[in-house]
This record gives sequence, C-alpha cells and structure tokens, in this order.
Amino acid sequence: MVASLHDFIASAHVFTPELPLFGCAIPAGFPSPADDHLDAPLDLTRHLFRHPASTFLARVSGDSMIGAGIHPGDLVAVDRALRAAHGSIVVAVVEGEHTIKRLQMRAGHAWLVAENPRYPPLAVDHSVGLVVWGVVTHVIHALGGGQPTG
Amino acid sequence: MYALVDCNNFYVSCERVFAPQLEGRPVVVLSNNDGCLIARSDEAKALGLKMGEPYHLVRPLLEQHRVRVFSSNYGLYGDMSRRVVQVLSRFAVGVEVYSIDEAFLDFRGMGLLEKDLHAYGVRVRDTVKQHTGIPTCVGIAPTKTLAKLANKLARRLGTNGVTLFEHPDQWQQVLAQTPVEEIWGVGRRYAKKLYDLGICTGAALAAMPEHWMRRHLGGVVGQRLWRELHGQPCLEWNPAQWDDDDHLHPAASGRHSVACTRSFGRPQHDAAVLSEAVATFAAKAAEKLRKNGLAAHLVTVILGTSRFAAGPDPSTHTAVVSLPGASYDVSVLTQAALRGLHRLRRPGVAYCRAGVVFSGLETAGQKQLGLFAGTAPDQQRSQRLMATLDGLNAKFGRQLVRLAAAGAAKKPDGKPREPAWAGRSAHRSPLYTTVWDELWQLR
Repeated sequence: MVASLHDFIASAHVFTPELPLFGCAIPAGFPSPADDHLDAPLDLTRHLFRHPASTFLARVSGDSMIGAGIHPGDLVAVDRALRAAHGSIVVAVVEGEHTIKRLQMRAGHAWLVAENPRYPPLAVDHSVGLVVWGVVTHVIHALGGGQPTG
Repeated sequence: MYALVDCNNFYVSCERVFAPQLEGRPVVVLSNNDGCLIARSDEAKALGLKMGEPYHLVRPLLEQHRVRVFSSNYGLYGDMSRRVVQVLSRFAVGVEVYSIDEAFLDFRGMGLLEKDLHAYGVRVRDTVKQHTGIPTCVGIAPTKTLAKLANKLARRLGTNGVTLFEHPDQWQQVLAQTPVEEIWGVGRRYAKKLYDLGICTGAALAAMPEHWMRRHLGGVVGQRLWRELHGQPCLEWNPAQWDDDDHLHPAASGRHSVACTRSFGRPQHDAAVLSEAVATFAAKAAEKLRKNGLAAHLVTVILGTSRFAAGPDPSTHTAVVSLPGASYDVSVLTQAALRGLHRLRRPGVAYCRAGVVFSGLETAGQKQLGLFAGTAPDQQRSQRLMATLDGLNAKFGRQLVRLAAAGAAKKPDGKPREPAWAGRSAHRSPLYTTVWDELWQLR
C-alpha cells in the first residue's frame, strides 16, 4: 500500500515537467490542430497545496483519527498559514508532542477530540493555552489493489 | 529603505519546528562531521557555550546540562530556508538571499504604501513565524549596512524583534555604542588598523572624512562604507529570481567560485576512496555550476591533512587544472579533478578533508570555443546530457544518477550506501521535509 502511495506521489512529480508544450516536429505535413490548445499538464501539488511554503507533509502512524478517514500510513498535508476554527482537524502541540486531532469549541473551552472512541477527548489546559502547529488540509490515502499491466 | 531579516539561531529553530519539546531547552548543532558547535539556542549560549568550540572538549559540559545535541542536517535547513524566503518574497518587490539564514528585502518606495514601516516589519516577522515556525529579527534602514546594524540591535533588545532607523540621529546613537569590528564590511584586518588609529566605534569611523576612508580603507570599498553609514545606499542589489515553477534562483552575479568541500569521518589514504570522494564533490559542485548557468575554466583540488599532525608540511595542499575551454560537463570536470588529485596525493599520507573548487567562471551560453573543446554537435550533446542528468537527479534526488567514479548511490539491497569517507553525523535528525523515507511522523 505504501509502495503504491509512493508511486502516486512520484507520478505527480515525475510527469509534470516532462510533457512538451509543443509536440509538433513534423517537417512536412499538417501541423497538429491541438498545438494551439496545449495547456500545461495538471500539477496535483499545486492544486492541493494553496500555500506551498507553509505546507508540510507528514505520515500518520496512529489510529486516533480513523473516523475522519485518516488511517495509519496515510499522508496528510498540514498548512501553517491557515487559522484553525471549530471543527478543523489540526496538528496541536500537547506536552511537547505533536498530535493530530479535531478542534472543538464547547462552552468557550477548547477540546482536542479524537475520531476513535478508544481515545478520550482532551481539554486544552487554560494555563498553557492551545498551541496549533497547523491545520490539516488533505489526507492522501492509498487504496492499493490492482496489478500492473504490460 | 532595506530590511534585513535574520533567522534566530536558525539551525536550532529548524530542529525545534519538528520537535516542540526542545522549546526552552538548551540545544546545539554540530558542524559537518560532528566537529564543533555551529549553532546554539539562547539557553545554550547562556551556559557559556561558544561558537566554534570543539565538540569533544565541551562534551562534559553538554552532558552535565543535558544539552540536546544535533549533527547538522543541511537537507532540512536548506528546505526551511527556501520556505522562509518564499514567504518573505510576498512582502517586497525583491529579495536578496544573503546566506542560508539571512535575506535582504527591497523596501525602496515602501514608505508610500505603508505608513508605519515598523508595524510592517512586525507583520513580516509574525508571518514568517506563523507560516514556517522560524523566529526572525528584522532591521529596517536606508542602507544595507545600516539594516544589518538595526538587525543586530533588534536581536539584542529582544523586544518585538524589529528595529527601524528612519532618522540619522537614530543610527548615530547606535553607532556610538557599536565597536568598529561589528560594522558590516569592516574585516578583522581593518578593525585592527582602526583600533591602532584610535577609531574604536562605528560613530568614530563615520565621523572620518569620506576621502580618508577612500584612502585608508580599500579605495572605493571604503568610500562605499562611508556612504552606507551616512544613509546613502551604494551597495549592489542582487535579487533572487523566481522561475515559473516558483523555484528560487539566487543571484549568480558576483560569484567567483563554486565549491564543494568536506571533512572525512576518518582520515583516508586509500587512492580509490579519495578518488570517489573527489569525484563526488566535483559532481556536486558541477551541479551547482549548472544551476547558476555558469561554466568554469579552472578546477582546483584541495586535500587537507590533520592540522595537528607532526611534520613540516602545511596541512592544506592544492592543485589547479585548467581546462581547454570553460565547461559545466560533469565528465569533463570530474576528469580534471581526478587529474588534480593524482598530482596531489602522496602515497601513505592520510587526508582528513578534500574539496573541489571551480573558478574562472563565465556564463554558460557565452563560452568561448577552445581549440580542443570539441565541435558544436559535441557541445550540444553535452548540454542535452547534462540537462537530462539534472532532470533525473532533481526527480529522484541525492545524485542517484552519477558517474561511476563517484561510487554507487545505493547498495545492492537498495539501501543508501554510505561512502567510506562519509563524515560522522551521529545525531542527525530525520530529513523531515525532503526525503520520503524520513518524512515527519504524526501520531
């Protein structure tokens, strides 16, 4: 599963700069009618990451967010340029460690809530305050399956 | 106006972004090969640890105070530096990358857009911290030299990390309290000369007549310094260029050489190991050359023995090989470097460091055809080959495609192969942001 995930990311990188903008090199013949319409290939990185300078990829190792579709081994994109709001999935700093949880405001109090009943919600200590490292914007989950052809 | 943005204890700050438990604790980063201290957190500075102190000497002190020690992780620091510059580029029309942790911003005309430059500086600082996690200080002044001074002050005052010099009396006051050697552009040699003449502070220096500076401090260099200290900008401005893919290309102008040098983990005398090291450095420097659109005429090979070894020989030996024509081709440059090594190496002598320096640089496109430099089709082939090589290495990273002379990148089992000359880096943190296998982990 992880291997195919690599392939997926790699392919996003590998193919983008390669495709020629103008492919017509036929000395005699009719120019390709598509030449005037060739767009740049789709760049998934650009599409997904609005703020590349402040977006960091991380691999998730725990299962505390499984209910939000974030599985162990998944990649998440964390953007530091976004402000967390009620309901955001965030990377927070709790006792000097990073943790990925959903932020919830209840009666003026901030909670870090897991998406797995096995983990109790965590009240943010008022004296320490909430330290949000970044907001999780995407999860990249490999589905696996399929066999290479050819 | 110019702003100088300087990252605080940059290498330590990079480590802290991914290890928040290090906040408030003493942290140091070691040089290549775990030799000496090259970055210290404020807490480590407070313990009296000095820049450049040999690691093995301060080790007991580090252990006693439970100082967290890191080997340098340039992959991480380079990526974080790139991110900081990318954020900065939104705040000014031009950014000049001065070093891995410092950049100048072009604030000329900014006063028309922003009434309060100090507040704007605070915004720059807050945004860099928010977006990258890296704390900075900002100095804003009419010249680069004064911006540097303002930055130092901002760091020392530790208030909101921003200092603005708008009026001459503001910087004159600070110059009066600044030792002359702390002025940017005053080297150690000139500082000594100035002290001998009784000129000890920046203010005393600025008070000398312009023609005196011209005569005694290196001609036009001294004159420029005088003007800079009086608020008249006259240093060059070399902004970085961004390409269509948002990749940053630092200004190449003013560059006189491109180098790659390293200390070995252990002294090496084996010819094959030394060749592999020199070929590797040549390839790295050649890649840098091409990135900057340059070609080199001269290849210098450096071999260093231990500075502490007994014997009459100097510890650094160099050999220069000149090429028939300027080149950026890795095979041409590697061959030249290996020839230099062959000339230089003495059998049985153990070397601690090696390096390759390319000089006699010119812009790649304009290069003159040498008599033996090959015909135009040859050159076109070389150009295409190098473009393909750089493309592949950009994709797969870490010089995966290389000349055999530089040794294999991977072991037969596919794991990265550590060359015999590789330096010690016993305490390196993961390459959190640039290598898939070492990616930042979240629980």
